[in-house]
Amino acid sequence: MAEVGTVNRLGFNRQEYTGSPSTLCNGCGHDSITNHIITALYEIGADPYTFAKMSGIGCSSKTPAYFLSKSHGFNAVHGRMPSVSTGAKLANHELTMLAVSGDGDTASIGIGQFCHLIRRNVRMIYVIENNGVYGLTKGQFSATADTGSKQKDGTINELETIDCCELAITLGCTFVARSFSGDKKQMVPLLKAAMSHDGTALLDVISPCVTFNDHEGSSKSYAHVRETDTPLHEIGYVPSYEETVADYAEGSETDIRFPDGSTIRLKKLDHDYNPKNKVEAVAMLEESRKKGILTTGLIFVDTARKDFNATLHMVDTPLIRLSDAELRPSRETLSRIVESYR
Amino acid sequence: MIEAVRRTVVNDMTIQVATVNGSGSQSANNILLKSFFRMGIPVGGKNLFPSNIQGLPTWYTIRVNHRGYVGRKAQLDFLVAMNPNTAKEDYHQVVPGGVIICDSEWTIDPADRRDDVAWYPVPFAQLCKDNVENAKLRRLLTNMIYVGVVAELLGIDNEILDAALRDQFASKAKVVESNRKMIELGKDFVRKNLAKKDPFRVEKMNANGNKILIDGNSASALGCVFGGCTVVAWYPITPSSSLPESVIDFLNQHRKDEATGKNRFAVVQAEDEIAALGMVIGAGWAGARAMTSTSGPGISLMSEFVGLGYFAEIPAVIFDVQRVGPSTGLPTRTAQGDVLKVVTLSHGDTKHVALFPGSVQECFEMGWRAFDLADRLQTPVFVLTDLDLGMNNWMADPFEYPDKPLDRGKVLDADAIKRLGKFERYRDVDGDAVGWRTLPGTRHPAAAYFTRGSGHNEKALYTERGDDYVHLMDRLARKHQTAAQLVPAPVESSDSGAQIGVIAYGSTDSPMAECRDQLREKGIRSSYLRIRAFPFTRAVRAFIEKFERIYVIEQNRDGQMLALLRIEYPELATRLRSVRHYDGLPIDARFMSDHVIEQEHSSKKELIHG
Ligand SMILES: Cc1ncc(C[n+]2csc(CCOP(=O)(O)OP(=O)(O)O)c2C)c(N)n1
Ligand code: SF4
Ligand SMILES: [Mg+2]
Repeated sequence: MAEVGTVNRLGFNRQEYTGSPSTLCNGCGHDSITNHIITALYEIGADPYTFAKMSGIGCSSKTPAYFLSKSHGFNAVHGRMPSVSTGAKLANHELTMLAVSGDGDTASIGIGQFCHLIRRNVRMIYVIENNGVYGLTKGQFSATADTGSKQKDGTINELETIDCCELAITLGCTFVARSFSGDKKQMVPLLKAAMSHDGTALLDVISPCVTFNDHEGSSKSYAHVRETDTPLHEIGYVPSYEETVADYAEGSETDIRFPDGSTIRLKKLDHDYNPKNKVEAVAMLEESRKKGILTTGLIFVDTARKDFNATLHMVDTPLIRLSDAELRPSRETLSRIVESYR
Repeated sequence: MIEAVRRTVVNDMTIQVATVNGSGSQSANNILLKSFFRMGIPVGGKNLFPSNIQGLPTWYTIRVNHRGYVGRKAQLDFLVAMNPNTAKEDYHQVVPGGVIICDSEWTIDPADRRDDVAWYPVPFAQLCKDNVENAKLRRLLTNMIYVGVVAELLGIDNEILDAALRDQFASKAKVVESNRKMIELGKDFVRKNLAKKDPFRVEKMNANGNKILIDGNSASALGCVFGGCTVVAWYPITPSSSLPESVIDFLNQHRKDEATGKNRFAVVQAEDEIAALGMVIGAGWAGARAMTSTSGPGISLMSEFVGLGYFAEIPAVIFDVQRVGPSTGLPTRTAQGDVLKVVTLSHGDTKHVALFPGSVQECFEMGWRAFDLADRLQTPVFVLTDLDLGMNNWMADPFEYPDKPLDRGKVLDADAIKRLGKFERYRDVDGDAVGWRTLPGTRHPAAAYFTRGSGHNEKALYTERGDDYVHLMDRLARKHQTAAQLVPAPVESSDSGAQIGVIAYGSTDSPMAECRDQLREKGIRSSYLRIRAFPFTRAVRAFIEKFERIYVIEQNRDGQMLALLRIEYPELATRLRSVRHYDGLPIDARFMSDHVIEQEHSSKKELIHG
């Protein structure tokens, strides 16, 4: 919590970025993510009036009510948040789309829309609060449950797991990160970078469900995640309005610049990792799966690809601000069109 | 040499061309249709095609009628048989005294050799072989020979025919030339080898004024463009596809920023109809005018989102170009089978606004008006057409330019909130049951609200309280009453001596004038009400109250409009009778009048025998 009286560059205190009180279970990972989102928004000095908070249905999808009370929010139907977000972004590209979904919402009922959103590269921040179960319907396995993970009643998941990050990379996602709800140090800079990214920025965040999936044998319990979390690098974020200073030893850090002028700085840990290499990224994820570890960090980034609005060759004026004269062709135009059907 | 014929039938015939899908006969048929149209004769064209890209039989029917009856007529006068596989059946569709044109090389089973029609064998294949070198082109060009044959036999004006040909292949001089040559071959063959044995002729008349000829989907598409639609999301399906495809064409022509060439619109071919409507809802929520277009299967998929749009009160325009269901049904046949489904689409209590254009003019007009209604009422609005109206060519008066500016409905900006001092999204401040909304991005601390499909109160806050829910649902019911004040009123055509009432909607209107004339000939006088929207306006009740017996005529099995009328007016239910046509072909006048007459007779018998 920021001290009372402390404000960011817009003159807002942290409180301005919060929402209504959470109604989730005490200790739910989703609440930590809400906090990290608030912190990131506050620290970066985000303008709440430019945000649209999007979500589907689930415990996770309720969380947009718990941050950014000055921004419009949309709780869509289960699994269909991507299409609603796409439409809103096309209508008004000035909106910053900040979306929260669950693993059920994304990887089960919504996997089709998830894939197509990525394929289009709609500019938005897409956070999956991944707990491996359907929290809101009381703990059934989701499609991201790891093979061999145990449900509360002892049932073992024998199916393959869907790795949303790996899937996203193969679909051409331009910003793919994985994190843990308990790792504020990693998540906050990742969220800030996601806001700078011009395209779909995916953050798959393991977010334990204390009520239905936090027991012994669950691969998404706090204990298991803490034990297997293996960060790829240390992450720092330098916003566009601050200067980047090259103060590191050759080869120990990598800077990635975003079109808005901000930079994400990845500091090497045990071994080299290049987040610009798709093949390496997929190999790393496969390796992690084999070893049963949770590799976190910025897995893949590509700052060159066009976002969807650009692909559609749209005018700079948001569609919602076009004048009536720009929208309705003239009387003469109608006469000319009609004439061609004589 | 042409022999004198005793009887002549001028400007009154139904011509059918039987061909194979993918053989390129559409251009030939268009040229014929346009020629009749430009000769000033009322005409209608209907394409009966299979769900197939190449190889299955298709039929194109042109009805020419000086009285203006251009709805479908089941009886065929004039057959151009170009498909040997269906010829056997086709021959028997022709009325006695009619005409059959077929390839002279075909062997005809003696059982099919009708002697009550005029046969005109034409060596289509041979003429083509002798005159077209390129084997690939032969099949396409064969069609032009029948254009020439028909033109010569009926007396289509030469200049008009040639102009229609040039228009068809706009500016492609070489193509025009090769097609013209084939038309001439056909004409020449008739002149040299056939004696006119049939009574049918066309003559120039002046019935078409300054009418145009256009299909309903293009008309609806124009409606969308003039309605200010900026976001289009769709998924291909027959018979809807040509609607969004036409929207795209028109947008590309008329909605670009001239300086930069950039688009003042966004079109997305979505991954399915769920996503298509999701995008429309997202865009509508953000403040854009957005539309999607589909047919029955897509409507089924859209169900959940439509409920969200209704409950969270988000504008959206959904075109449903109906085809035969259930399931995949008969994908290329026409029906009015989605009426009941659409007006109550989604789970829970829902009642949607639906418009029923009855002509191509109305496809245009209701097309643009739908966007005003959606914004004004903050709800999904359906426009229900069908395959017959949507994909076939119809004559129409030139479309009228919208008579009022875009109505963007109740939207508050930051300044307005500042003035008002507060904002509650779902409060009925004006007594019309429609609240004010703000758009995301509005720069005022009180502007934001949370949109959700779960229970919400006037402040858009989550609630599961029973009284909040009842309050909301009752307001939505009142909003439906507001809608009844805004939707197009029905159109009545009354006869002061009417014994019965007739109700229809949509494309069932096209054969209605003919049907009512047929009824009149049998001594049954009728008044006619054409419903143009749901919710029904007061005029619908008033009309039903006027008659003891009202026939609701429609194109589905279960009498869906009938059911809806009975639900809305239970006390008048027993007055309503039903005529239903559902074989996938457009309804025709004779079917309608026969069924009305039959029921009228049985009701008389009931009276006599108690
Ligand atoms: C069409 C539909 N089917 C089922 C449901 C019931 N449902 C609500 S939330 C949910 C699963 C949510 O799981 P997840 O997205 O992982 O969110 P979590 O609660 O775990 O955060 C389901 C199945 C629904 N709301 N809509
Ligand atoms: S059920 Fe699980 S996911 Fe839902 S609020 Fe509780 S802990 Fe969180
Ligand atoms: Mg979950």
